[in-house]
Amino acid sequence: MQIDLRTVTIKPLRHTFDNIARRIGADKPASRYQEGTLDMQQEANYHYRPTWDPDHLIYDRARTALKMADWYSFKDPRQFYYGAYTLARAKQQDTAEANFDFVENRGLAATLPESIRDTVLKLLIPLRHVAWGANMNNASMCAYGYGTAFSQPCIYQAMDQLGIAQYLTRVGLLLGDVDVLDAAKQAWMEDDTWQGLRRYVEDTMVLKDPVELFVAQNVALDGLLYPLVYETIIDDVLSAQGGTPVAMLTQFMTDWYAETRKWIDATMKTAAAESEDNKVLVGQWVGQWRDRAAAALLPVSRIALGERADELTGEVVQQFNARMAKAGVPV
Amino acid sequence: MSTVFIALQTNEETRQIIEAIVQDNPGAVVNEQPAMVKIDAQDRLVIRRETIEELIGRSYDLQELQVNMITMSGNLDQTDDEITLFWKS
Amino acid sequence: MDMQVAKKKLGLKERYAVMTRGLDWTPSYQKMEDIYPYIAYEGIKIHDWDKWEDPFRLTMDAYWKYQAEKERKLYAIIDAFNQNNGHLNVTDARYINTVKLFISGISPLEYVAHRGFAHAGRAFPGPGPRVACLMQSLDEIRHAQTQVHSISNYNKYYNGMHDFHHMHDRVWFLSVPKSFFDDAITAGPFEFMVSIGFSFEYVLTNLLFVPFVSGAAYNGDMGTMTFGFSAQSDEARHMTLGLEVIKFILEQDPANVPIVQRWIDKWTWRGYRVLTLVAMMMDYMLPKRTMSWKEAWEVYFEENGGALFKDLARYGITMPKCAEQIALEKDHLSHQAWSTFYNYAAAANFHTWMPDEDEMAWLSAKYPESFDKHYRPRYEFWREQAAKGNRFYNKTLPMLCQTCQIPLIFTEPGDPTKICYREVDYKAEKYHFCSDHCKEIFEHEPEKYVQAWLPVHQIYQGNCFPEGTDPTAEGFDPLAAVLKYYHFEHGRDNLDFDISEDKKNFAEWRGQATKNI
Repeated sequence: MQIDLRTVTIKPLRHTFDNIARRIGADKPASRYQEGTLDMQQEANYHYRPTWDPDHLIYDRARTALKMADWYSFKDPRQFYYGAYTLARAKQQDTAEANFDFVENRGLAATLPESIRDTVLKLLIPLRHVAWGANMNNASMCAYGYGTAFSQPCIYQAMDQLGIAQYLTRVGLLLGDVDVLDAAKQAWMEDDTWQGLRRYVEDTMVLKDPVELFVAQNVALDGLLYPLVYETIIDDVLSAQGGTPVAMLTQFMTDWYAETRKWIDATMKTAAAESEDNKVLVGQWVGQWRDRAAAALLPVSRIALGERADELTGEVVQQFNARMAKAGVPV
Repeated sequence: MSTVFIALQTNEETRQIIEAIVQDNPGAVVNEQPAMVKIDAQDRLVIRRETIEELIGRSYDLQELQVNMITMSGNLDQTDDEITLFWKS
Repeated sequence: MDMQVAKKKLGLKERYAVMTRGLDWTPSYQKMEDIYPYIAYEGIKIHDWDKWEDPFRLTMDAYWKYQAEKERKLYAIIDAFNQNNGHLNVTDARYINTVKLFISGISPLEYVAHRGFAHAGRAFPGPGPRVACLMQSLDEIRHAQTQVHSISNYNKYYNGMHDFHHMHDRVWFLSVPKSFFDDAITAGPFEFMVSIGFSFEYVLTNLLFVPFVSGAAYNGDMGTMTFGFSAQSDEARHMTLGLEVIKFILEQDPANVPIVQRWIDKWTWRGYRVLTLVAMMMDYMLPKRTMSWKEAWEVYFEENGGALFKDLARYGITMPKCAEQIALEKDHLSHQAWSTFYNYAAAANFHTWMPDEDEMAWLSAKYPESFDKHYRPRYEFWREQAAKGNRFYNKTLPMLCQTCQIPLIFTEPGDPTKICYREVDYKAEKYHFCSDHCKEIFEHEPEKYVQAWLPVHQIYQGNCFPEGTDPTAEGFDPLAAVLKYYHFEHGRDNLDFDISEDKKNFAEWRGQATKNI
């Protein structure tokens, strides 16, 4: 039996807003991502120049060396508008919460071999400061980037990195105590192991070009750090040595990286494909910052990898290069 | 004396929260408006987790209040157990 | 069972501290002033960022959890509203003009707030305010998008909203809200926080949201009401941030007090001028009215604001001076505004109308000092004229106030029969103002306000015609060209409600939904 529900059908005058129709080529139903993203940023007739940056307009294409005919060529393949973003993170948060509860309630932290626990604390906890830097940098990209398509995902990335910093803090409190956090901060500030990375992070904090900053932070640094620390060290190496509970505590980071990669790769691809000039520029940025990031991460990776550090870091860099090549970025 | 207030959405979840607030703040005045409830108090209003938990029959995180809160007036202080709205005089 | 010695359980405040300020460090490879270049030039002195008190101590995991819950509920309602042709349940189709005002005037400002808070958050060296600002930046894009998504459904069936981004950047009356937020985002980060975080989100927020959202509830607009309430719960966090910012800045150094006082004065006034549109909306555009503008001002500013400024008195802050003039304008603001829009109905993206007898009775009752004396006579006259076929549409462009950009329609405080004009000569040009307060704002920062893109000036300079227009051609109609530049469809988006497609369609569709045809 077919049930035929009847509602009153009235004919709409139009399917979407005119600016959306102009962009998607016809007046047809638009997605929430499209309606929430396209042309959201004001583009004309600004009333005043920023007193904090009078050489530029409020939103200004000239803040970056990258040139785009249309900044809405950028698209987030995840189609994250606020609602989709929050719902996705809430699900991941639920899993993370369950994982933390599991580890805590079963006393799994105590079952970790002492050396693993020490290694994990030494490696992971200072990374919460790196995440804090990523939060600041992505806030900067959102504030100074041009067009909602480019800037919107950056605020999500910024708050994700804050979330990651907070998860790492909880790992520290679970495997150790407040003292562990203090020790990690001291290492971050003073140990030779960490100074290359801290210098990298502080150097990114003074970058004025939002797209170069995107490359230095989201592409080069995170593009090496996440595969190295979360995929290689935690999920492979340490898990094989009895460190699986830690992998549970960092599952959020692993899943998150796999998801955000799609957006970052799409952004690189669009930027490079736009013009020969952009391709060269992006290639230069990626190459420079990748080399610095790799050098900074090497001593950090040694904490967990010992004499395998060079070999495994090298592999991660190779994979990174392949990934960039696939996105059309010459490295 | 200055008025502090909190306004919550009117729905099943907030009914008992409002009850808890009234219990813990004798002298608070409840104002029902379309789809919203405004609770006024003089100088100070306190929302207690324990009181809410007793009424709803499950554990409650005061952060959950975010979901149904509409607006408020006064300085805010928050701990694991209480949210207080207040004016200093 | 916990094998280790029982760990000290951290209270909310301590836990939150390690989760936020504990993440920060003092840089040594780069200088503070290079990492935070915008923090000194406003003259605000901060000696100890650690004195910042975090109001709502929300970590990201809790944020995602509770915001997702709000989003699920909100979109379920938006979907139901859409599926069910919820727009046909509004009291009458005149109500929809308030939605048009909202999407073209207010929603784009949410986006500017999003970018502004990202900038302020990044600019502040203190981790406490940074986290709060960035969370607000995230909230503001939520508001911008949920508004677009909710109102998208109205756009499908009614006119005037179809190109709201384009209109916001060009239309004469929309430069009022646009310039307000441009002013805020181009100010320094401390002024931005006082203007938006405090003056707008704390002092004045209830005057924007309660009228629109209660108005929605009273008039059967479940979609708007839902997003309004949903957004408001974010606003509670924003309000506490705004209040904390003010207290923090004032407590850090007495030298900050006069700077902050000036900002409070300026922004209360600028914000109030933007609220002219809300006053008019409440008194004239809601078929079922909630309260009068005068009443709303008395409750939400005079009472609530009174309590607030009493609290701030211990720092040496006083009630903004403009409160006196605003009190004098209470009886007149909405009527003067509506009269103007009725006059310029050809140039608006929403419809206008004259209030009927019942509505005039309500206005008489709410405004016993002013309505029957000053405004009823003109409305009765205009109604009479329209009935005779002499409906007059003003085609001459008005002088705009250089600061607030509203046409010079307001009367002298205390004398509603005299238009208030003020002027200033600055560098061989004459600038015009609606009031002493707007004039003072200009005089304090003339180099900023001379930059304004005043719509009327721009029209007269020929900058508001479509690409390729020839103004020297025979029979050129400048106002028609301006409407094209605005992307208005003349006869569809503008003019009186009574002859509108909106009215006709609403009646037809409602008929379909309630009658057997």
